[in-house]
Amino acid sequence: MAGAAETARKAERDDIRKRWLLSAPALLIIFFAAAGPLAIVVVYSFLEPGSYGDVRWTFSTDAWVSVILQRDIFDETLSIADAHVAIFWRSVLLSLATTVFAFLFGFPTAYFIATRPERTRALWLFLITIPFWTNLLIRTFAIQEVIRNEGLLNVALMKLGLISAPIQIIYTDTAIMIGMLYVYLPLMVLPLYASMEKLDFRLVEAGYDLYATRFQVLRRIILPMVKPGIVAGSILVFIPSLGAYVTPRILGGGRNLMLGNLIELQFGQGRNWPLGASLSITLLVIVMAALLIYIRYAGTGGRNHG
Amino acid sequence: MPESPDRNAIEIRRVSKFFGGGDAPVKALDTVSVAIRENEFFTLLGPSGCGKTTLLRLIAGFDFPTDGEILLHGQDIAPLPPYKRPVNTVFQSYALFPHLTVAQNIAFGLEMLGRPKAEIDARVTQMLKLVRMEELRNRSTAQISGGQQQRVALARALAPQPKVLLLDEPLSALDFKLRKEMQIELKRLQHETGITFIFVTHDQEEALTMSDRIAVMSAGNILQVGSPKDIYDRPAVRFVADFIGETNFLEATVESSSDGRAGVRLGSGAVIEASVPEGFSSTGKVTVVIRPEHARLAEAGGELSGKLSNIVYFGTDTHFHVDLDVGGTFIVREQNTRDDRRRAREGDRVSIVVGKGAAQVLRD
Repeated sequence: MAGAAETARKAERDDIRKRWLLSAPALLIIFFAAAGPLAIVVVYSFLEPGSYGDVRWTFSTDAWVSVILQRDIFDETLSIADAHVAIFWRSVLLSLATTVFAFLFGFPTAYFIATRPERTRALWLFLITIPFWTNLLIRTFAIQEVIRNEGLLNVALMKLGLISAPIQIIYTDTAIMIGMLYVYLPLMVLPLYASMEKLDFRLVEAGYDLYATRFQVLRRIILPMVKPGIVAGSILVFIPSLGAYVTPRILGGGRNLMLGNLIELQFGQGRNWPLGASLSITLLVIVMAALLIYIRYAGTGGRNHG
Repeated sequence: MPESPDRNAIEIRRVSKFFGGGDAPVKALDTVSVAIRENEFFTLLGPSGCGKTTLLRLIAGFDFPTDGEILLHGQDIAPLPPYKRPVNTVFQSYALFPHLTVAQNIAFGLEMLGRPKAEIDARVTQMLKLVRMEELRNRSTAQISGGQQQRVALARALAPQPKVLLLDEPLSALDFKLRKEMQIELKRLQHETGITFIFVTHDQEEALTMSDRIAVMSAGNILQVGSPKDIYDRPAVRFVADFIGETNFLEATVESSSDGRAGVRLGSGAVIEASVPEGFSSTGKVTVVIRPEHARLAEAGGELSGKLSNIVYFGTDTHFHVDLDVGGTFIVREQNTRDDRRRAREGDRVSIVVGKGAAQVLRD
């Protein structure tokens, strides 16, 4: 009997070893392509900037201090770095606004698709994903063509006589938001659609039967039931908006920076890699906080309501 | 309790429903008219696709009739949306809200009607008691059994005190024993609440045991409306006779007729008395139906004769399949008793005695 138990234990050990071997390629890629570079970023954020970019290998927390504080050049006193705080604030605010508008536009769209006959749903989803085929840069320039002062929108409005001078949209926060809304809208529609497709529309009928008006059915039945989709879509829009680089660069005209642009600036013209690294990690922390909220709400999504 | 038992709760007047437009609309209901009395347990019975669920959905307001009127206490409700009709539905799938507890489900309708909180709480407690679910009020609907979900669905639909309760095959998802229990439970609830129940089913036994009146439907038409006994004993058309219970069909010729009765000559030459559907008179060939338990086997002297081909034992009764001399098979059902002496064997020649008043002439 002891021999049999020994054999079983050995088989189990072999099995575990085999599993490690099989997952080794994936683990190596994760280590070298994700964990490794991230570790380098963390290390760089605690070093001093070199004169021509790069870093000097001296331990320093200066970069971290200057994430939100700035040292006066003359008396070396610390004060809040207004420019950085403004950029953080703009990034969060614009990302939130983009998320809210993406929901307001995405919800009816997803509802429309989910209530189509099954045959045509695939076609609508296909149309939603078409913009993904085009390079982000080109899509952003396309939006620029629409909203610039001599662009499609302003020309059309002036021809119609609705306005006499072009509305200044381009190079404003609004322009950045419009651009991000356009780029990230599909990321809201798809998860919303996924949870609406699972929605049992007999529950909607049951709601009407129990004297709920259209609006009450939406608020009391549909919204709580598609909550996981709302949370997932919001996160998928909020996170890339927060780190957006191309859109604010082109549509913000370099005056309205977002976090992504600030980080790029430190690695480029700013020649302050440690600050760039610490800003990157700050962004990562904000994103992770958002993800934690997501796990907290999506895990219990649709249940334990009220 | 009924104020005036003969008042109509629901009156369906020449209602038609077509699905899909264009060249080939599908006809789901074909100028159906029927009156459902106040306080009645009324059943729409028919095979799937007969239009019974469509009719129920028209009364609930989920679909709108292509043509015709639906009166609720004399008022046309056909154009009203479902949330403006004092009618509630128990769905086949129950359709309980998964994000709400048992009590929240039951309170939903009352909340939507804007009733005061105290009244809602009292009513929910009362409903939970009515369906015997008091201990489960704070459970999630995913944590209770199918039978319990059924009770919650009933309580939810009854809570707003609708004028009419619609039940769309509510027992079909339950197992046999639970179904029997819920049949009794439903009758009790209908009696205690005094609400008109309109019940849809394809199960003829369920319809016979529970209903005050039954409407038998087929292909978008109501073929016959009557009490369970009427429907079973006096089917007017072949479909009704065939759909409900087992039946023997015999070709016959009308010899004489008077006052709802007719003398008909069977293929064997014997003349028997049969009842005739209201307003029907024929002198030619007709079809006569005889229920298997309304006939018995004899050694000789019956109206029909043949050879016993098959004996099937069912526990409570035995079915004797007789190949008639004039062609066709006739089934006789006899109740079993403990002191059963062997009366007949397969292959024996037997005679069939048709009971008095057992035969019914069909319209078609």
